Amino acid sequence: MRYAMAIDTKKCVGCGDCVVACQTENNVPHGYCRDWIVENVAGSYPNVEIELRSERCNHCDNSPCVRCCPTGASHIIEGGIVKVTHNECIGCGACIQSCPYDARYSHPEGYVDKCTFCDHRLAKGQSTACVEVCPTSCLYFGDLEDPNSDVSKALKNRAWKVLAPEAGTKPQLYFLT
Amino acid sequence: MKSRRDFIKISTAGAGAAALGLSPLKWGGLENLNAANDIQAVSDEDMTPYPTYCEVCFWKCAGWTYVDKKGEIRKIIGNKEDPHCNGRLCPRGTGGVGMYNDEDRLKTPLIRRFKENGDAYFEKVSWDEALDYTAKKLKVIADEHGPECVALFNHGSGGKFFGNFLKAFGSPNITAPSFAQCRGPRETAWIATFGEAVGSPEPLDIRDTECLVLIGSHIGENMHNGQVQEMSAAIDRGATIITVDPRLSTAASKSKYWLPIKPATDLALLMAWIHVAIYEDIYNKEYVEQYAYGFDELKEHVKNMTPEWAYGITTIKPDIIRKTAREMANAAPAVIIHPGRHVTWYGDDTQRIRAVAILNALFGSWGNRGGFYMKESFHLPKMKIPPYPKPTKSWRDAFPGQFNLASLALSSGICDATIPTADRSCSFKAWIVSGTNLPLTLPNMKNTEEAMNHLDFMVVIDTMPMEVTSYADVVLPECTYLERYDLIRTSPHREPYIALRMPAVEPKYDSKPAWWIAKKLADKMGLGDYFPYDNITDLLDWQLKKVGSSLEEMQRIGIKKFDRENGGLYFQKGEDIEFNTPTGKIELFSNEIAAEGFDAMPVYTAHPEPPEGFYRLIYGRAPMHTFSRTANNHNLWDLKKENSVWINPKVADLWDLKKDQLIWLKNQDGVVSSFPIKVRVTERIRWDSVYMVHGFGHSNKKLSRAHGHGSNDSELITKVMVDPIMGGTGMRGNFVTFLTEKQEMEAES
Repeated sequence: MRYAMAIDTKKCVGCGDCVVACQTENNVPHGYCRDWIVENVAGSYPNVEIELRSERCNHCDNSPCVRCCPTGASHIIEGGIVKVTHNECIGCGACIQSCPYDARYSHPEGYVDKCTFCDHRLAKGQSTACVEVCPTSCLYFGDLEDPNSDVSKALKNRAWKVLAPEAGTKPQLYFLT
Repeated sequence: MKSRRDFIKISTAGAGAAALGLSPLKWGGLENLNAANDIQAVSDEDMTPYPTYCEVCFWKCAGWTYVDKKGEIRKIIGNKEDPHCNGRLCPRGTGGVGMYNDEDRLKTPLIRRFKENGDAYFEKVSWDEALDYTAKKLKVIADEHGPECVALFNHGSGGKFFGNFLKAFGSPNITAPSFAQCRGPRETAWIATFGEAVGSPEPLDIRDTECLVLIGSHIGENMHNGQVQEMSAAIDRGATIITVDPRLSTAASKSKYWLPIKPATDLALLMAWIHVAIYEDIYNKEYVEQYAYGFDELKEHVKNMTPEWAYGITTIKPDIIRKTAREMANAAPAVIIHPGRHVTWYGDDTQRIRAVAILNALFGSWGNRGGFYMKESFHLPKMKIPPYPKPTKSWRDAFPGQFNLASLALSSGICDATIPTADRSCSFKAWIVSGTNLPLTLPNMKNTEEAMNHLDFMVVIDTMPMEVTSYADVVLPECTYLERYDLIRTSPHREPYIALRMPAVEPKYDSKPAWWIAKKLADKMGLGDYFPYDNITDLLDWQLKKVGSSLEEMQRIGIKKFDRENGGLYFQKGEDIEFNTPTGKIELFSNEIAAEGFDAMPVYTAHPEPPEGFYRLIYGRAPMHTFSRTANNHNLWDLKKENSVWINPKVADLWDLKKDQLIWLKNQDGVVSSFPIKVRVTERIRWDSVYMVHGFGHSNKKLSRAHGHGSNDSELITKVMVDPIMGGTGMRGNFVTFLTEKQEMEAES
């Protein structure tokens, strides 16, 4: 099993609903977030293009954050989800520095926190909070090894890219372009 | 002399407000110190969901409020059965919990008092005292001037109860800024053309459309949920989207055609499209012959309104105008030329939307799949109440012979008619303001302030301290929608639905639901018979049982669908339709509008251009905020704390303005923004215009997060271009320039 997410940049309107839904689902403190929106503008008026992306932890196959964690708090669970065991985390921040996607933050209670792909929901057959709330349905989630999963189907017929491929982290967020 | 309505902070004489200054929020919590990694999330089974429909905007999506075992609201999730949201709330709905948790909320009733030196302050009082005082004041005004001198401004669910109160009291002057400051011109234009208003939610069949045309409508930035969802599905299906906007809006960036029009010239483009449709013979002849009135007149009228003519006005090239018109024709009747929502732009807005309506008629989209569906709403029985007293005057008396085609009362008109003039007998003496922040909602803030200064009495009902609450004589704290019942939602859709809002938790502080406030006030004024129930649950259960449901059932399911009763979703082929217009036809030519002394068919007229060194002020929405009401909501403030002014890089270079630099804006009348605003240098905006999101720049210090963040467009909109047909307030005729230093600003003032 290999969980992954595809984000359709052609549909995303950058509303930030994924951010709020994550905040309320996972009790993320105010002023912090596990997912966020990036807007890229290219060209000059009137030949301008916008790319909108809902971003979060890439749950990399080759995760620098897990490798550099001195206590083993950062680890990978079934399906490739990168997680942090809060009570094993000493808050040193090495993982924050190592992440090319800036996907981790220091929780005010002293540990490092990040996206979990809502594994507490996956265990019950639900999808992630961000996927289920998105008004444009631009987020696709599932098992890459299952050809019938939403994410596999989304990737099948569309061009896509990953972010910072040069970092060699084998990221698992795919941006449909 | 100090005005008795000096802008004062909401601060109680006691220490009550300050004590609650620290955040009572319970995010995280000590338990997490011992937690493994998922403890932050509470699983759905450990919470109780209560049905609601959202009140953060007017779309009113149905959802579930999840309450944990400690009685805290954890999250709000959309109701999957609701066609307004299909289980997916927008960021504001998801963040609605921030409205409940906001520590700056109004907490107790307040009465304005005066110190010996004349300074005003708010005294914390009991509900009884506040309502007794309000009843007494209203009675005095009714006795002296007549009940008609009291007006209600409302937005949202609470307005229904205060409306009932006001009618029982004897005044017909019930108004919402959503008409004259927003969609009024559209409704007037649609009534004149198709015999009915567009209404809300708009019956747009985006789900099945082949071509969606947006004219300044920025779906995705305005988060009208169902439309955003259906537009996204349309993108998936490969439907053609054509967006007309001087700014590369989010929607424009997703469109096959973006027409970067010169602002204020949209009507010329529309007329050219009509010209192409007729003279290239690509309109829907069968539909027009059967249903439309005045085609020959229209054909003659647009004869010279060619794409070449429009090019000189709009800067849109003739071949693009032709190509986009043909795209619409190819898709017809599955084409939607979006009627818009906030359409009060240049004062000729009814005529511009008339052109939109005419174009839809030419392509036969009204009543056809992929165009506009025939909406249907559910009707609930009403409890019997005594007849309302007959008012002897109304707001219309202040505008003799004007605005006869306004189908609803004008907020701006009532505001203006509050400022006494020698020739007017009826000036308004008291306002009841429910859920609308008038200084930031009506254009020309100074004018609104002057009107409020002339009032004998003003009562404001709201959940938050807003700019308007600072001017009130009495402030009544309403509880949020998550803490109260309201009337059943019956808004129209493809099928008729009803939705229930019930409290998920008890009201915080000493706040009360609108139904309770209105009923208690009515009781105190001897008007209790107009609220023939002890508790609103009695009314709801009675209504629901009459239609085969019950309060108990609705508490379980939240939303219920009924069968359509008024025919199909679309016209049948060749179906005989009687439109509710004077001719019974779709009126391309309007005798009704002509009878009022206006053009029977739209005519483009040029609007003023910005003077040298000034730029047209365009404003719009951000998807995570509603008007000015959500700026202090912590969840949404996290997403967007302030607005910025969008400036084209060429213009920024000219003025040597840098990204994130704080500047002040000064308009053509010399008005300078109270707060500075950050510069956003972006290619997304034309060089002759600037853009900002509406709803920021709050001056009320009691909004601890929102105060002083960003700038308020309403104070810069001092030039109002009034639509002579229906009284809408055109607000896009204001021009601003940049001040980089405060000294410069002060030196000039």
